[in-house]
Amino acid sequence: MKYIKTIVGAIFKDTADKGGCGECQSSCQSACKTSCTVANQECENR
Amino acid sequence: MALIHKYIKNKVPIVLDVASGAVHVVDSLVFRILDYYPEYDDAFIQDKLRGEYSQEEIEEGLGEIKQLRAEGLLFSEDRHADTAKRRFEDNVVKALCLHVAHDCNLNCRYCFASQGNFNGDKLLMDCNTAYKAVDFLMEKSKGRRNIEIDFFGGEPLMNLDVVKKTVDYARKKAGASNKTIKFTLTTNALALDRSTIEYLDENMYNVVLSLDGRQEVNDRMRCFRDGSGSYNAITDNIRRFVQRRKDKSYYVRGTFTRENLDFCRDVLHMAGLGFKEVSVEPVVCTPEEPYSIREQDLDRILNEYDRLFDECLKREGTREKFNFYHFNVNLYNGPCAVKRLSGCGAGNQYLAVTPEGDIYPCHQFVGNKSFLMGSVFKGQLDRHISDSFRYCHVYSKEDCSGCWARLWCSGGCHANSYNTTGSIKKSYKIGCEMEKKRIECAIALKVLSRIREGDNANRLQGQ
Repeated sequence: MKYIKTIVGAIFKDTADKGGCGECQSSCQSACKTSCTVANQECENR
Repeated sequence: MALIHKYIKNKVPIVLDVASGAVHVVDSLVFRILDYYPEYDDAFIQDKLRGEYSQEEIEEGLGEIKQLRAEGLLFSEDRHADTAKRRFEDNVVKALCLHVAHDCNLNCRYCFASQGNFNGDKLLMDCNTAYKAVDFLMEKSKGRRNIEIDFFGGEPLMNLDVVKKTVDYARKKAGASNKTIKFTLTTNALALDRSTIEYLDENMYNVVLSLDGRQEVNDRMRCFRDGSGSYNAITDNIRRFVQRRKDKSYYVRGTFTRENLDFCRDVLHMAGLGFKEVSVEPVVCTPEEPYSIREQDLDRILNEYDRLFDECLKREGTREKFNFYHFNVNLYNGPCAVKRLSGCGAGNQYLAVTPEGDIYPCHQFVGNKSFLMGSVFKGQLDRHISDSFRYCHVYSKEDCSGCWARLWCSGGCHANSYNTTGSIKKSYKIGCEMEKKRIECAIALKVLSRIREGDNANRLQGQ
C-alpha cells in the first residue's frame, strides 16, 4: 500500500475464538502492584 | 461506539482499529480522510480536501481505506460482547495475594492499608493459615497449569519465615499436581539484608521494590513512625538487589500524588540510580485526601507522560535505556481477546487472603467487610460478590463499552472505580484519561521502533 503501513494485524479478532485458556499471568491493575495494563502481558499458549 | 482511534505521536500518524486490534501507520492524506470517512461519502470528502490533495490522491487514499475495511482491519465489527458471555462461565482461582503481615516498619502517609494493618489489628499470618491458602489455591485452580502466589502486606519481610515455609510447601503441592507456581513479593526494601536478597533472588519470579523517586519526594510520603524519610535506608538495599538480579524480573516502583505532578523527574531519577525496570503510578485513594489527583491536574499529568515518552524514545538503543512499566505493551504476543475483556480477575481468578485467612476480592478491598467473600478454612466463596466482579467487564461497564481503549486497558482497577464512584461498574474518569495517554505512548514507542528497524534494514539493503 502507498499510504498505509499495517504494523500489526487483527490480533484481537484472531484470538477471540481460540483464546481464554487462562494460563497467562494475572494482571493486577492497581498502583501498588505495578501491573496497570493487561496488554503488556504475554500469552502462555502460543 | 468507537470503531477506530487516530492520533499523532512524534509526527507519525497512527490509526488503531478498535475491535480487530490492528495498528496502522498512515500518511497525512489518509489521516485527513479519516476525519470524514465513513460518515460522509466520497464526493463530500473530495470536496473537503480539494486544495490540499489531488483528486487522484484522494481516490487512492480512499481505496486503501476501503480495502482494509473489507479485510477486517479498519472499522471492523465488534463481536467481543458475545465472547464475554462465553468467557465468564469459567470459575477458576489462579492467583492468591497472601497478606503475610498486617504490620509495617514504615508509616507511609498515602498507605491504602492504613500503615499496614488495614484498619484492623497488627497481625502476622501463621503457617497453618498460609498452608490452608495454598491448599485452597490448588483445589480452586482446577485444571490450570500456571498458578501464582504474591506475598504482600503490610510489609511481607516482617514475616519472612512464613514466606519461606509457604514457598516450600506450595512448591511441593504444585509439583504433586503438575502445576507451575510463580512467586512474587512486594517490599519496601527496608529489611533487605544480604541473605534476604539472596533468598528473594533465588526464589521469587518477580520482586517489586518501593521507592517514590527523588529523595524529597520519597521522604515526604514514605517515612518512619518518627516522621523521618526512608530514602537513605532503602536505596542502597534496592541497588544491591538489582545488581544481583541481572536479567530476572523486578520492578522499582513508586507512587505519584498531586504533590509531585512532575513525576517524570522521579522516573528519571530512578533510572539514574541504575534501575532499568521502573514504574511510577498514580495514587489510589479517595478524592478527599489532600494528595489525591484532581481533574484540574490532568493536563499537567498528560504532558508529563509526553515528556517521559520523549525521554524513552531518546534513550532507545542506548545504554541509558530503561523500561517504564506503563509504556510496556506486547503488540505481537499479547494476551488473547478473551483475557482483554476484564483486566485483573479480582474477585474470581485473583483473590487476597488476610493473616486470619479471610478472603477478599483483592488486596485493595481488604478490611472492607462488605467485600468479605469467605475464608480459606471454609473454602466457599460468597457467590453474590464473586458474580458482581465476574460480570464486570468492558462490555458491561457503560463507560468502557464505547471507549476506543477498551481492549488495551481492559477496564481498569476495580478498587479505583469503587473508591472514586462507589461502584465497580463505573469508571474512574481521571484514571481513564491517564490510561488512554499511556496506551497511546506505549503503542507509539513500539511503532516508532518498528519504523526505525525498517529504516535500518532499508539502509543496509542499499549498501
